[in-house]
Amino acid sequence: MTATLLEFWNGLPEDFRIPVLILLKIVAILVPLMLSVAYLTFAERKIIGYMQIRIGPQRVGPRGWLQPIADALKLLLKEIIVPANANRFLFLLAPVLSIGPALAAWSVMPFGHGMVLANVDAGLLFLLALTSMGVYGVIIAGWASNSKYAFLGAMRSAAQMVAYEIAMGFALVGALMAGGSLNLGKIVLAQQGGVLHWFWLPLLPLFFIYFISGVAETNRAPFDVAEGESEIVAGFHVEYSGMAFAVFFLAEYANMILISTLAAVLFLGGWLSPFEGTGWQAYVNWVPGTVWLLLKAAGFLFLFLWFRATFPRYRYDQIMRLGWKVFIPITIVWLFLEGFAILFHLQPWFA
Amino acid sequence: MTFEMPDFWLALPEMFVLGMACFILVLDLFLPEERRGISYFLAQITVIGAFVSSLWVAPAGVQTTFDGMFVSDPLGTFLKLAIYVLTAGVFLYSRGYLRDRALYKGEYYVLGLFGMLGMMVIVSASSLLTIYLGLELFSLSLYAMVAFDRDSLRASEAAMKYFVLSALASGTLLYGLSLLYGLTGSLEMSQVAQFAGGHAGEHYAFVFALAFVLVGVAFKFGASPFHMWIPDVYHGAPTSVTLYLGAAPKVAAFAMAMRLLVDTLGPLQASWGPMLVVLAVLSLAVGNVVAIAQTNIKRMLAYSTISHMGFLLLGLLAGTRTGYSAALFYAVVYALMSLAAFGVVILLSRAGFEAERLGDFKGLNERSPWFAFMMLVAMFSMAGVPPTAGFYAKLAVLAAVIDVHQTWLAVVAVFFSLIGAFYYLRVVKLMYFDAPADPEPLTARLDLRVALSANGLLLLGLGIYPGLLMGWCLAALH
Amino acid sequence: MTFELFIFYLFAAVLVFAALRVVTVRNPVHAVLFLVLAFFSSAALWLLLEAEFLALVLVLVYVGAVMVLFLFVVMMLDINVAVLREGFTRYLPVGLLVGLAIVAEMGLVLVRYFVLPPGSAPKPVGPDFSNTRMLGDLLYTHYVYPFEIAAAILLVAIVAAIALTLRRRPGTKHQDPAAQIAVRRRDRVRLVRMDAEKKPE
Repeated sequence: MTATLLEFWNGLPEDFRIPVLILLKIVAILVPLMLSVAYLTFAERKIIGYMQIRIGPQRVGPRGWLQPIADALKLLLKEIIVPANANRFLFLLAPVLSIGPALAAWSVMPFGHGMVLANVDAGLLFLLALTSMGVYGVIIAGWASNSKYAFLGAMRSAAQMVAYEIAMGFALVGALMAGGSLNLGKIVLAQQGGVLHWFWLPLLPLFFIYFISGVAETNRAPFDVAEGESEIVAGFHVEYSGMAFAVFFLAEYANMILISTLAAVLFLGGWLSPFEGTGWQAYVNWVPGTVWLLLKAAGFLFLFLWFRATFPRYRYDQIMRLGWKVFIPITIVWLFLEGFAILFHLQPWFA
Repeated sequence: MTFEMPDFWLALPEMFVLGMACFILVLDLFLPEERRGISYFLAQITVIGAFVSSLWVAPAGVQTTFDGMFVSDPLGTFLKLAIYVLTAGVFLYSRGYLRDRALYKGEYYVLGLFGMLGMMVIVSASSLLTIYLGLELFSLSLYAMVAFDRDSLRASEAAMKYFVLSALASGTLLYGLSLLYGLTGSLEMSQVAQFAGGHAGEHYAFVFALAFVLVGVAFKFGASPFHMWIPDVYHGAPTSVTLYLGAAPKVAAFAMAMRLLVDTLGPLQASWGPMLVVLAVLSLAVGNVVAIAQTNIKRMLAYSTISHMGFLLLGLLAGTRTGYSAALFYAVVYALMSLAAFGVVILLSRAGFEAERLGDFKGLNERSPWFAFMMLVAMFSMAGVPPTAGFYAKLAVLAAVIDVHQTWLAVVAVFFSLIGAFYYLRVVKLMYFDAPADPEPLTARLDLRVALSANGLLLLGLGIYPGLLMGWCLAALH
Repeated sequence: MTFELFIFYLFAAVLVFAALRVVTVRNPVHAVLFLVLAFFSSAALWLLLEAEFLALVLVLVYVGAVMVLFLFVVMMLDINVAVLREGFTRYLPVGLLVGLAIVAEMGLVLVRYFVLPPGSAPKPVGPDFSNTRMLGDLLYTHYVYPFEIAAAILLVAIVAAIALTLRRRPGTKHQDPAAQIAVRRRDRVRLVRMDAEKKPE
């Protein structure tokens, strides 16, 4: 059976096989991603619930496990209302612009040695370029809605994202300097040799700044002034309903997962095992690298939720001050130090 | 790829100015308002340091470095020294003026130094890329300086006009430069020149590129018909900035013309010569005739700048060594005259009062005979009355033009100078024969008085003994 | 026509269309969005020409930052294009005439005399060739002097922008984090010794 299928497959023309193979790979990335998004929302409600000493959703399905499915179904069936005098085309384009980059960025993400959809040379730059595009979805949504609250949210978001993108970019520059490459796979391979060889240690300030900027870039608490439900209702997506709203929601969570995975790849050794170089490694050799990567990413995702349950929202000027006056100077200084460390081959990171 | 370590030594003045400008920028943040003088003194020290280091590193012959992007030659050294002297003079003159108007900030000096750095880059450029970047650095600093008095509507308007028109001119220049690059495949001036000389078949394509380059150069000179920005910018900018604009940039514009027209497109002299004739005659006509109608001294001096640039172009278009040296002499002397004239305008201004109208000069002789005399020297020099420096500068240019058998141009130039003499002498008449409208005594500080006196006497001295400066000019163009 | 060539012409067509719309569209916000599209298509073209660093930096800098600020300003200002277009038709004939004359002259000169040296198509490079590394090598060696001047230009732009716009308004309410941290208990709390209430008589 498998032999005949394989023979049939090999008989197909090359021009047909390659696109199909690529499509299959894309599906293999996106379907788990979408499922993770769905269950991330569930995890969020549960975790924050327990942090606030309540139980969280528990009615739909056993212990509430079907809750995200029910939410998705509900949103699918609701009407998409386009406000009066809204720019219809842009109004509907905005969610697409917001999810597009969030999904496309996964194409260069290495899940294991050689396990990457597109092994492009300038992968890190590609990621940076794509994440910087995400802001358009927010701005266009705010403007096209023809609503004051939405517009305020969009303005806040635009300024915030541009500010934190610089700090984030510099943090990524630190990672690429340490890895000596823009290719994410090569950056991971440069971290081989155990926990202490991972880049979180030599790049500690950049690591923190990267993750905090990531939280700001995804407009998550405590940087969620773009939504600010207690001040401007729901910010840029206040006018959205049904599936259009769901797409924004998906994009936000997909971006969270992206930032977490990227943090794991750049600073915590990606798919490398944390037991490398110790006696324990022999016992965990059977664990595939992807599992390590996902575990690390899950740790960061938990941080996202923890922040949301813990910190009060920043005021707008505080956000700006933190971004421009604290993060950017620190990153620049650390890049200098790192340059010296590389120049003098500081062991064991920069051989 | 082979890479030769550049000779950083030759660029010592540039590196020194850049470093000091950054240092002043940061230090100024921490200075309280009353210690602002430290920024001023540091800026002056920077200029002096650049002067010394330029003399120190000057090579005997021509040397290029940075892969042929930077050239150090006698012309460059001489032009840089002139720029330093003029910039130091501008800083000195404008100190009291700025202090009286809440404009006394470190940024003025930082931007002034960056502008000077831009001029230095232009002066020692040997690649089309560097000359363009130098031009941008210098222009950008100037836009900001023109708008420096940000609460003044007129200054903002002037800055906007300057910015938009100048950006247009830069674009034109850049287009011309890109055409040259497309034609020759090189950005290095000497290679472009070699190529332009050797390929007669593409002559018209080179002329085409030349036209665009020339528009850019003419704009920076403020030569007619690309002069429209000059009166508004001179008038609108704070007088201290007008002073800056009127002095060193003229020397830089000369450097730009020498580098682009002579060093790069020298083989096309037969083409740009006639174009410069048109520019020069138009500038002389427009500048001198329109200046008569002005009642504002800054506007009048602006139009007089246009006419002087026409004279300067006459020296260039002669296309001989004596012509270039005459033009160089003219540029330096004009910058000194302009410094003196605007210096007197600053001297007469005080807190809350701008001595801008011609009427403000009435009876200056009664208020201060010495400074009325200094203004008299500046005006005579601009008009070209012997024995001032201006006379000799005009004479040298006219001699160079007659040398290449373009006597009619000399006649035209003399004719328009005669027309021009009218409005210079009108100022003199106001100072000596009219009663003062405003008998307030002059309040200027001692350093300004001394510097202004030195400036005026220099104009007289150069008129009586022009040989020294002229000798330097000739040596620079060896 | 190969697939790559087809993609190239597709993006080229989108680029030309978007660029045209930037100047013809009435709504300034739409114009900015078309400009974004134009940048994006040109980045795609560069990507096809194997200049991936330039392409990505174009997207990162122009699309991701510059145009966002543009959009920000355009949305905030609510520009009325009709006012800006006043006199457009009046000056159109003259402008058209001058433009046509220039185009004709340029065409004549460039077609007849602008002879490009016979060049060969650039050789395709291997997969290990790093565009980014090459650019870095060139910028920091051959072009180091212009590179530094460009840095100085950017610095002047920053200084100028701040010098012209930063105003210290008196009376604005803002926090001083250093002062907040430096606060001690005695600055805020004063313990006052008071007698207990009078006993009821």
